[in-house]
Amino acid sequence: MGSSLCVDDIAGMVQDERVHRDVYASPDVFELEMERIFGRTWLLLGHDSQIPKPGDYFTTQMGRQPVIAVRQNDGSVRVLFNRCAHRGPMLCSLLKGSVSEFICPYHGWVYGLDGKLTSVPMPAGYPPAQSPQANGLGMIPVPRLEVYRGFIFASLAATGQSLKTFLGPVISSIDDLVDRAPDGEVEIGGGIGRHVYNGNWKFMLENHLDGLHPRYVHASSVAAANEQDDARATDGAGEVAVRQMRQNGAPNDLWEKIGLWTAPNGHGFLADYHDDEKLVKLSDDPLHVEYRRRMEARYGAERTREILTIMRWNTIIFPNVSFMSQFGQLRILRPVSVDRSVVETYVFRLKGAPEEMFQLSIAFANIVNGAGSPVLTDDLEVYERMQTGLHTDGNPWIDYARGYGRDVDTGDGMRRGGSGTSEIAVRNQFAAWRDYMTAESVEDAGGTAQ
Amino acid sequence: MTEYRQDPAGINIRKIELFLIHEADLLDRRQYDEWLSLFADDCRYWIPLEENQKDGKNTISLVYDDRKLLETRVRRLGKDSMHAQAPHSRTLHVIGNLAVTDDAGTGLVTVRSNQIVTEYRLNAIRILAGQVTHRLQRSGDSFRIAYKQINLIDSEGEHRGIPIIL
Ligand code: FES
Ligand SMILES: [Fe+2]
Repeated sequence: MGSSLCVDDIAGMVQDERVHRDVYASPDVFELEMERIFGRTWLLLGHDSQIPKPGDYFTTQMGRQPVIAVRQNDGSVRVLFNRCAHRGPMLCSLLKGSVSEFICPYHGWVYGLDGKLTSVPMPAGYPPAQSPQANGLGMIPVPRLEVYRGFIFASLAATGQSLKTFLGPVISSIDDLVDRAPDGEVEIGGGIGRHVYNGNWKFMLENHLDGLHPRYVHASSVAAANEQDDARATDGAGEVAVRQMRQNGAPNDLWEKIGLWTAPNGHGFLADYHDDEKLVKLSDDPLHVEYRRRMEARYGAERTREILTIMRWNTIIFPNVSFMSQFGQLRILRPVSVDRSVVETYVFRLKGAPEEMFQLSIAFANIVNGAGSPVLTDDLEVYERMQTGLHTDGNPWIDYARGYGRDVDTGDGMRRGGSGTSEIAVRNQFAAWRDYMTAESVEDAGGTAQ
Repeated sequence: MTEYRQDPAGINIRKIELFLIHEADLLDRRQYDEWLSLFADDCRYWIPLEENQKDGKNTISLVYDDRKLLETRVRRLGKDSMHAQAPHSRTLHVIGNLAVTDDAGTGLVTVRSNQIVTEYRLNAIRILAGQVTHRLQRSGDSFRIAYKQINLIDSEGEHRGIPIIL
């Protein structure tokens, strides 16, 4: 192990209904998470629509390691460590761009889009047996890469679960998102937002499947939205926002009825949250009528009805993804340290759908993900207070007992919370967390449901 | 700024500057209702994400408020339940480098300025600096704000929450 922690220490931090604060507060635990979770599981890096043409690339990090996702000349995608084989500088310093080759800024080594070293200056300077080519130097591809319906997943471990096994039943949430596009494809559009909070990365994953918090955390925006005069001028953006803020104040019994499912490996999703009728006034809205027409032209009436009634809300793919199909939202989580986390926010365009639907998704992103959102800012505040509060002595435990013992097996490795405010999702995330963190090797990790 | 340019309609830049200073001062003193009353009925308050972002409809923003949402935003600032402002921020706006154009025929004046907001909260100082575009409607002897856009120099950076108004 990379730290002083032993398996028993880690296992002891996670109990059935509570976890020890060290899971959020200990730098040693964080180091081990980088090794055993972010260093082993599948991580979502982005979507292949971000790099449509050969040479298009974007840069990101897997755990704390900089990588480049780049479109190849043959149309495939590669993910390479963002490092020159000579003395190590990052080859790409921009968040995105388009190149025909990678050229190191230090001594001019040149690499193809596939990462192979194509030239070094004055090669005669090397004894032939020690030339960079003879030594097999080049940019290194990440050990594993799989693209599912455009979603680029990679793993820093050479072996382990296949992506499909890893995703398990929550793969249906990705399908739910992509199937909503009349052309059967989605694309990222509208920029990448970024926010950061001084708190542990796991807080966000827990929060996105937390049906109890909206009325309390978001009390101020609920109250302000409820008092809003609907006659005031809006171009649609405010309309979407105010409606969503009010929704957070729904009565307790509505939250209790929300479907909250968990899956192996820490994943889970909320469903039956809003039906389309409530949220988008879909049936009579001319925009929806046109959208439905395009869907039916492609899929037929029966299949269209099926697709549009799935009604997933947030889906968590542990450890770095939160997305939402109905409004095409995606958040990718990037832990920086035990008490600092960056969140990247994306919006999907449903190809073939009316462009106004994408604009509604943009408006929705602003209200749930914008750094200035009247909703998000209160979540971030609470994450930061958690990080401070759990350092107090006296009670080292964090409690997740709500709904304990009432979860129901629904088959397919899934479980449903006894109610929509159950803390089943957190218990499930920590069951996976403990499993990953106590596995001495990749082969031992994965597959656990609580 | 020693020279006050006089535009054909008789608006001088000093008068506009004083109006912007008044607006900023209302924010620094947290007189949000009075601040909102400076805005037109179909106003826009916008903090774009990207440096040269064309609009708020097709690209995400840090803030993109129409009148309805701006009213809700302002009303929230008065709620004791607003966790992100417990305690509230103290801010100091500094405004300068004004450039004014009279949008001939529209009745609007476009003002570009540089704005530096220093925020203090929970023992930390944060700087939110950007270039601001105001579009002002003449209203009697003063103005109403039809549009305020703030291009933060770090708009694409990793931001902690910005619950205050800039
Ligand atoms: S460090 Fe890259 S070429 Fe020398
Ligand atoms: Fe929330």
